[in-house]
Amino acid sequence: MKAPKFNYIRAESRQQALELLDQLGEDGRILAGGQSLMPTLNMRLSQPGTLIDINKVTDLSGITLEDGIVRIGAMTRHVEVANSPIIAENLPLIAEAMQHVAHHAVRNRGTIGGSIALADPAAEMPACVLALGATLVVESINGRREIAAEDYFKGLYETARAANELLVEILIPAEKSDNVSVFLELAQRHGDFAMAGLACVARVSNKTFEELRLVYFGSEDRPTLGAGAIAAVVGQTWSAECKEAAANALADDLDPMTNLQGSAAMKLHLQKVLTGRALDAAIERAEAV
Amino acid sequence: MSEATLEISLTVNGEQVTKTVPVRQHLVDFLRNELGFTGSHLGCEHGVCGACSVRVDDAVVRGCLMLAVQADGAKVETVEGLNETGEIADLQKNFVERNAMQCGYCTPGMLITAAELLREPKPVSREEIREHLSGNFCRCTGYHAIVDAVETTINTRLEEG
Repeated sequence: MKAPKFNYIRAESRQQALELLDQLGEDGRILAGGQSLMPTLNMRLSQPGTLIDINKVTDLSGITLEDGIVRIGAMTRHVEVANSPIIAENLPLIAEAMQHVAHHAVRNRGTIGGSIALADPAAEMPACVLALGATLVVESINGRREIAAEDYFKGLYETARAANELLVEILIPAEKSDNVSVFLELAQRHGDFAMAGLACVARVSNKTFEELRLVYFGSEDRPTLGAGAIAAVVGQTWSAECKEAAANALADDLDPMTNLQGSAAMKLHLQKVLTGRALDAAIERAEAV
Repeated sequence: MSEATLEISLTVNGEQVTKTVPVRQHLVDFLRNELGFTGSHLGCEHGVCGACSVRVDDAVVRGCLMLAVQADGAKVETVEGLNETGEIADLQKNFVERNAMQCGYCTPGMLITAAELLREPKPVSREEIREHLSGNFCRCTGYHAIVDAVETTINTRLEEG
């Protein structure tokens, strides 16, 4: 199908984008990489009054490392994140996750900020920023605001960002050198929407998980911390019993939504399987260090 | 709402083009309907099938997921352009030899996506070729012949340096 009629404004600066967002309110939609917005326009699932294109705003993209914090501009495209030596070295979880982010041509356009702003429950980057304890920086004409990833994802495509705010930057603490991370995802076709997936960040010593974060995506309406599964594992020496306890606890952590990618029961089963695999891999990676 | 339009100037297959387009028109409709470059196909029109793949500023993109107005100032190349420059002549020949198409609908997208692997050819596994082409659907061949053709082209380029 073809997109409905809308107005289009190419913002030349960050300030202009913020002013337009403020004037237009709910009627304005930011066009970042467009890899999720354009399909909904072509299918007439969304009908914005005005698209505010921020692709020409140059100071919204780039990756830098300062004082142990990786700063990623919201308009940084997936391909740039995937090829960044700063990401490879400091955020191996994101580097691993990037292999699952859509397809080659989509990664060339799609942006990390777009993915986080949209908050698709099957997307990789929201899960990663939650697992890594990132801070999301939003701006409006009234100023700048930092939101912890834990407070940012509110529900299905719902976030703490207000309608007049633009996500401008993602701040992620570099992974500690004694940490390991694992990213796993299952999809029907490589690069398609996740049927199930998780981001795991851990500190392991003598086959014991001393610290652990497990964030599940492609299940609930937003990325979800597996608190019960984490509690079942932390402080325990890794074993087959421990793996089973984590899987059992996960049933209380997750209440997956049935969707085109699979039924609730199948998703829960897959998440249990992935949990065991991720923790096995974390132990293996910790020993390889 | 009246139809909003905008004038854009861009390079398409090496030629300078200036046109006024509806802002809601996506890039492939512009290339096909306004300029007659019908090599870029429309399959799903929501970014799943890859038939509309085109090159914008040297990067392969989904032509249906980009507005024509966003290509203002850009360098756009379609399969016709790649054909003309001879950049993928060996790949095309190998597609024919290996019979890597049946209906041909996916072929331009396959060629333009595979061309990225050929730019700086390095040894790749069949699995990597499949992964690179994972965003392009073919509903006829079952992919084996396509992977064969890409693999042969890469290997030949590597041998010939």
